[in-house]
Amino acid sequence: MERAEIAAHIPRLRRYARALAGDAHRADDLVQDTLERALTKFHLWRHGSDLRAWMFTIMHNVFVNQLKTRRELPLDDAVEDGLQSGPQSDPLELRDLDTALRCLPVEQREVLLLVGLEQLSYAEASRTLNVPVGTVMSRLSRGRERLRALMSGTAAVTSLKAVK
Amino acid sequence: MSNLTETDLHAYVDGQLDDSRRVQVEAHLAHDTAATESVRVWREQNEALRALYNPVLNEPVPQRLFAARLPRRRWPYYALAAGALGLSFGLGWISQSYRTDRFVEAAALPRRAAVAYAVYAPEVRHPVEVGADQQDHLVKWLSKRLGHELKAPLLTQQGFDLVGGRLLPGGKGPVAQFMYQDARGQRITLYVSLRDAEPRDTAFRFSQEDKIAVFYWIDGNLGYALSGEMDRASLLAVATVVYRQLNP
Repeated sequence: MERAEIAAHIPRLRRYARALAGDAHRADDLVQDTLERALTKFHLWRHGSDLRAWMFTIMHNVFVNQLKTRRELPLDDAVEDGLQSGPQSDPLELRDLDTALRCLPVEQREVLLLVGLEQLSYAEASRTLNVPVGTVMSRLSRGRERLRALMSGTAAVTSLKAVK
Repeated sequence: MSNLTETDLHAYVDGQLDDSRRVQVEAHLAHDTAATESVRVWREQNEALRALYNPVLNEPVPQRLFAARLPRRRWPYYALAAGALGLSFGLGWISQSYRTDRFVEAAALPRRAAVAYAVYAPEVRHPVEVGADQQDHLVKWLSKRLGHELKAPLLTQQGFDLVGGRLLPGGKGPVAQFMYQDARGQRITLYVSLRDAEPRDTAFRFSQEDKIAVFYWIDGNLGYALSGEMDRASLLAVATVVYRQLNP
């Protein structure tokens, strides 16, 4: 039954992956890698616990590993906050939300999406990302404020890619 | 309210406060315009995220995702893509694939139907693309896409009401899925695919795909599969009614 159980979560995994990765093809690659990993590790899943949260955790790990491999991991929170005082840009339209999300550090984007889009509780988000609830809250706070600044044009839309 | 924190405001926006705390926050917001503005903006952000990405839930799922299997070893992406083109998609998702074309056709139908059932039957908010309130439009649309006149059987006497339907990618083209639900929330789906082989008829066949029971048959140019998480006898009773209605 494990395949059918896992398959039942594909549409929601695709929604989260699309928001996380942006590009549709890359998002489905992420889903495929997550499904393969989930099938390999299915025996580690504790029956009765939330399968969806477990799969989000796997997707988080796969995604972060991919970013590390591609050296696209955005600068960390501390450095990123220093960059906020760039030249002002025009306010973004709602349709530019996707672009604005790309400008958030990954850890803020993940929390914003798990809570705002996937409607996980803070405790579930904390378990999914394996960080304390306090960290979830500070990332949520920074992410929402940064998104607000981006959408209102008070922060520059900068593509934050680590240059190594 | 002296002990209000920003965390309370976030939790208020995300519906994660208990009733008493929520009332306290609402009382505070009445005279804190900055906090009220933050709450408004964050709510809009949540709504905008859902508006932007919820449509992904209704997109057909690419077959390659159903074909995901235990990786034997890591292949580079280009090799995966090239290999996937040569494979017959979807086979092997629920059980081992068969060898001959005849078996592939016969076995693929219940397996695909069971996968489609497993994916969409548990959906709470988006089980169908077009609801039963637009039944005429639904049937016309699916008939047009399959290039064959379809019917949505009436199963109210069996306790099942039509929820609606959706279009899915099949092995060789579009496939229709009608979903029904009984008073207890139990769902069954009728999966209808167009065959490109010689028209023929078969008797009912039964397949147990893990927990999902499937009765399937071929009727001329169409293959039908009725799937549900129920016992064989109950599903057969419904399948018989479906068959009779489609062949009056």
